[in-house]
Amino acid sequence: MTEEHKGKTAENTETSEKKKEKVGPDGLTKRDRLKIKRHAMPEQAPEERITNFLSVVHGYTLEMAYEEAQRCLDCPRPKCIDGCPAEVDIPAFIMEILKGDLEESYRILKADNALPAVCGRVCPQEEQCELTCLLAKKGPVAIGRLEQFVAEYMLDKYEKEPPKVEKIIPTKEKVAVIGAGPAGITAAADLVKMGYEVTIFEALHKPGGVLNYGIPPFRMPRRILDAELGSIEQMGVDVRCNMVFGKTITHEELLEDGYKAFFLGTGAGLPTFMGIPGENANGVYSANEYLTRVNLMEAWDFPNADTPVFVGKNVVTTGAGNTAMDSARVSRRMPGVEKSYIVYRRTRNEAPARNEEIEHAEQEGIIFKYLTQPIEILRDDKNWITGMRCIKMELGEPDDSGRRRPVPIPDSEFEIECDTLLVAIGQRPNPIAMRSIPGLEISKWGTIVVDDETMMTSVPGVFAGGDAVVGASTVILAVGHGKQAARAVDAYLAEQRGGS
Amino acid sequence: MTEPKPNEIVFKKRLSENTLRIEVVAPLIAKKAQPGQFVIIRVHSRGERIPLTIADADAERGVITLIYQEVGKSTYALGELEKGEFLHDVVGPLGHATPIEKYGNAIIVAGGLGTAEMYPIARALRAAGNHVITIVGARRKDLLVMVEEMESVSDEIIVTTDDGSFGRKGVVTVPLKELVEEGRADFVITCGPTIMMKFVAEATREAGVPTLASLNPIMVDGTGMCGACRVSIGGKTRFACVDGPDFNAHEVDFEELMMRQKTFCDFERKSLDLWLEEHPERAQSGG
Ligand SMILES: Cc1cc2nc3c(=O)[nH]c(=O)nc-3n(C[C@H](O)[C@H](O)[C@H](O)COP(=O)(O)OP(=O)(O)OC[C@H]3O[C@@H](n4cnc5c(N)ncnc54)[C@H](O)[C@@H]3O)c2cc1C
Ligand code: FES
Repeated sequence: MTEEHKGKTAENTETSEKKKEKVGPDGLTKRDRLKIKRHAMPEQAPEERITNFLSVVHGYTLEMAYEEAQRCLDCPRPKCIDGCPAEVDIPAFIMEILKGDLEESYRILKADNALPAVCGRVCPQEEQCELTCLLAKKGPVAIGRLEQFVAEYMLDKYEKEPPKVEKIIPTKEKVAVIGAGPAGITAAADLVKMGYEVTIFEALHKPGGVLNYGIPPFRMPRRILDAELGSIEQMGVDVRCNMVFGKTITHEELLEDGYKAFFLGTGAGLPTFMGIPGENANGVYSANEYLTRVNLMEAWDFPNADTPVFVGKNVVTTGAGNTAMDSARVSRRMPGVEKSYIVYRRTRNEAPARNEEIEHAEQEGIIFKYLTQPIEILRDDKNWITGMRCIKMELGEPDDSGRRRPVPIPDSEFEIECDTLLVAIGQRPNPIAMRSIPGLEISKWGTIVVDDETMMTSVPGVFAGGDAVVGASTVILAVGHGKQAARAVDAYLAEQRGGS
Repeated sequence: MTEPKPNEIVFKKRLSENTLRIEVVAPLIAKKAQPGQFVIIRVHSRGERIPLTIADADAERGVITLIYQEVGKSTYALGELEKGEFLHDVVGPLGHATPIEKYGNAIIVAGGLGTAEMYPIARALRAAGNHVITIVGARRKDLLVMVEEMESVSDEIIVTTDDGSFGRKGVVTVPLKELVEEGRADFVITCGPTIMMKFVAEATREAGVPTLASLNPIMVDGTGMCGACRVSIGGKTRFACVDGPDFNAHEVDFEELMMRQKTFCDFERKSLDLWLEEHPERAQSGG
């Protein structure tokens, strides 16, 4: 790191005389650190960003990252790590920023998490590491932004001067990973590091799972995603796309082919519809279809990319999770759209999306209609949607989930005029993979049943994790499961070896 | 000679002005494909995902046969690929296989490109001991495809053209109704333009002849992930790519399907026009 990037140093503070206090690599004491304010994320202005699909956040500059890193107290018993499902050694990677060794900082991140650029951008840090950070109340260290900074800085650097990657020569058994979402990618990366010969079988034509088909490029730029995903192939994982497990290849065939263990990271890709009249009207999409068209198939760039998407003037999205926010925000950016609504039957407090996503959506002019439940989709004689009949709701007694249950207000029906409807009320696991393995136990919610400790399913040697096990959840939970399962696969195969 | 590689086109032939037959190397798919299943292909790295029925599969050679019509940009672009060139992506086999049993008199009603899709089904039905009667229809003689192949796997074949330029003049439902009235229809399966399948369903409804329609809605992933392919069957929503593509024709809401198939027609037109502008030589030949 060059001199001018150092930000606050011992020279420009008046604290150097307080010799007894613990002094960090930058010469600052705890008291100095507490004075530094959390750095805001530089972003595209809302009116600008709704005209493009470029990254909303610009990311920290080197100076900002350095100064933000200075806020970390490098606690002796760091609580932030407890908040991270991937158990990333957070203080260690931050201290390397202060030392100016971003390469080492990146190495520390990658040691515990194959997807730091992704996680830096999309994790709900406010509920995880930043919640357990000692400074949480005052304004936690911006761990996610620092993680994003280090990962993207290094990916950029490696793009210009590719590092010498040692391809790991496998010495152990063949392991099949099904699904190239965050769970599968993580399990594969950890297993290949342990010496296994790992093949990922992915149904779609590109790896990434939801990261590629669901999360829009303005939240997860594809150049960064591709670089991060590409690194696992460099490590020696064989990623095979266009392979539908249960259709193109089966469990039995892979066993015959010498695969000794399996990890199912098949996600929760099955869309749920509302079950109200008119849902098959033209102009009504599942959020999955809409986002897949726009993100994976690049319909935002039609006709340069071949896949089209129809979007009208008034777009309604139902639901209030991350998927709904992404759908509404994509719509705001599509040419010709005048109004993008979110219709949700509860209130902002109960909305499952990350607060940051809701804020971003509000800034972008998404119109929120809370306490509103769709009851019928109105159509013209050519089956095109013309509007939606809704009913007003109020919050009643808490339900099983502890959230107050929305109940309809009698005689409060009204119509919203719209020509596009995006249904984003939830996803369930896709049954193709799991149904193809005889004896695999599936819960009544359609998720794969696993042992909490080992992530092993009811079929010996078959492990599972991520959304396929818990239903639609988070990237970092999938990463955590992938790691846990990789350790369990290793233990299982060691035992098999010992036993034979 | 070098070994053919996955996704390589090893055979290409134009069957009629806008209908082509290609054979593609896809050993894993060829090994498993059953009559009625389909693949999804992409022609290039920013291409659409297009579903195509597997018209034939040769497990030994590891190749599948696809027969398609140039109707939009993607299929025109596919038509440009020559033997020795590669499809960007091929995935499958997708969907359920057609249920093949011994029904007795099994009638196949195929229109246009549907004939190619029915070929492996006719062969399988015959192998299962059925008396296979095939009715093939097209608007004109030059739009008929694979009639000879169909003849070779059918016990009887009836060809109709709208203008009478070949076979019987008229539509496929006329001979179908005759067979139904004669009591010679124990099972019917149909594939072709949606409107034709609708009339086939009507022709067999009253007599209660079990009738399957092989539906071709818009698809994206083909694995149940998006719901683009949803169809109403007996009042319930089903995903054609994973629950079908064959459904009880008497329960299909064909009107809804036809309207849903038109969702993107303006975009498809625009895409094709742009492509034809860049390929003036093709614009003259058909379009
Ligand atoms: C629009 C959207 C936005 C989101 N935003 C966030 C966010 O901001 N932050 C966050 O933490 N989480 C977010 N999530 C949730 C998060 O993306 C998921 O929890 C996470 O991706 C789950 O990872 P996974 O590996 O379990 O599954 P997935 O990412 O779903 O990957 C599963 C993979 O398996 C493949 N597959 C399925 N069946 C088969 C088969 N039979 N054979 C072969 N391959 C198969 C699929 O094609 C897919 O690639 C979002 C989800 C969506 C839909
Ligand atoms: S094509 Fe996507 S679910 Fe059928």
